[in-house]
This record gives sequence, C-alpha cells and structure tokens, in this order.
Amino acid sequence: MTLTETPGAKVTTLDARGLKCPMPIVKTAQAIKTIASGELLEVLATDPGATADFAAWSRSTGNTLVEQTVADDVYRFVLRRK
Amino acid sequence: MTDDAAQPLSLVLFSGTEDKLQAAAVLTAGAAALGRPVHIFLQYWALDAFRADKIAGNLPLSAEAGPAGAAAVEHARAAGQQPWFATMRDAKDIGEVDIQACSLSMDILNLDADQLDPIVDGVEGVAAFYVNAGEGQVVFI
Repeated sequence: MTLTETPGAKVTTLDARGLKCPMPIVKTAQAIKTIASGELLEVLATDPGATADFAAWSRSTGNTLVEQTVADDVYRFVLRRK
Repeated sequence: MTDDAAQPLSLVLFSGTEDKLQAAAVLTAGAAALGRPVHIFLQYWALDAFRADKIAGNLPLSAEAGPAGAAAVEHARAAGQQPWFATMRDAKDIGEVDIQACSLSMDILNLDADQLDPIVDGVEGVAAFYVNAGEGQVVFI
C-alpha cells in the first residue's frame, strides 16, 4: 500500500469482496460516514461494475478517489472523505 | 462536482414480483448512495408486498423469468444476495428515501396503514406524489 498522497492519514478498510451491486457502494456510503473529513477509506471489492461505480460515486458525492488498483480480480479503491 | 446530487428520483412500484422489487431496491440504494432523494409510490401488488405480514415472505417471479430464470434467481439467493426489503432498508439508512402508499390502492386492497411494514412512511394520493416528484425522473416498475 502506497497512499503516497497523504502520508500519515488514518486508513479504515471496508472488505466488500463477494458483495454484488449495489452493496459495495451502499456499504461505502455507510462507512464513509464513520470516518472524519480528510481520513481515508480503503475498499476491497470483486463486483465487476465496481470500477465504473466508484468513479461515478466519487465524482457525484465529492469524496476523492485517491487510488485505484486491481490484483487477482480484487479491486481496491482508496477514498478520502471530503 | 455534486451537480447530480440534488436530482430526485421517483419510482412508482406496481409489480409485487420478487425480481422487480429486487431491481427497484437496487435502483433505490444506488440513488441514495449518490445522495439523490428517492420518492417511492406503492400501488397495487407492490403495495401488497409491503404488508408487514408479507414483506419477508416468498413472492413469485415475473412471468418472463421461466424455469431457467427462477434457477438463476435461486442461485443468487443461495450465494448470499440479500432480500429486496433489506436493500430498501439499507437505502433508507444511507440516504433520503421516502416510501408512500397510494391511497387508492390502500382502498382497493382494503388495507389500513398499521398493516404496512414500518419501512413505509405514509399514505398519499397521486397529486402529492407528482408534487414531490417535481422535475425529477419518474420510473414505473
């Protein structure tokens, strides 16, 4: 994990692997409310729509998508709460 | 950046089949996650499915599902897909989701408000529904 943009920022992880659409986004919307502004939420997901969904959700809600990677069919997104 | 956020979405739910309610729950939860207000108007068989004594029960699928479709839906359920009403509750938890029963359908089905699941916020007529829908999209399911 690099998280180079915001060294030292607190990271909370949400494991949404195995969840189908729309649950990764629903769980993310719930989880983002539990962290403070500026903190990071790392989400792991396997839903094939996740890449498009997290980009759209980030754009629409104003929470920044800081990082986005994929490995072994697991998508990983890092979001910074606005 | 948040231009889409204020656009309300209005869903008129008519069908009481599990697949259409599941689809409606996905649309509702997605809109709620994006911060869009959602107004849901329950008519006929969808309203019947929101009865407190029926909401967790087994519902039929749409006719076009057929045996193969029914098997696919059953497979998704066995794989852990949560039921439609649980997704609706999640949507209410994360966003602004108002669920109203159509007063005419309440009358036709001979229902009282206290027979509905608490996820239903109230009873209204079609004029109130349209006023609340405003300029936003209206989808009929």
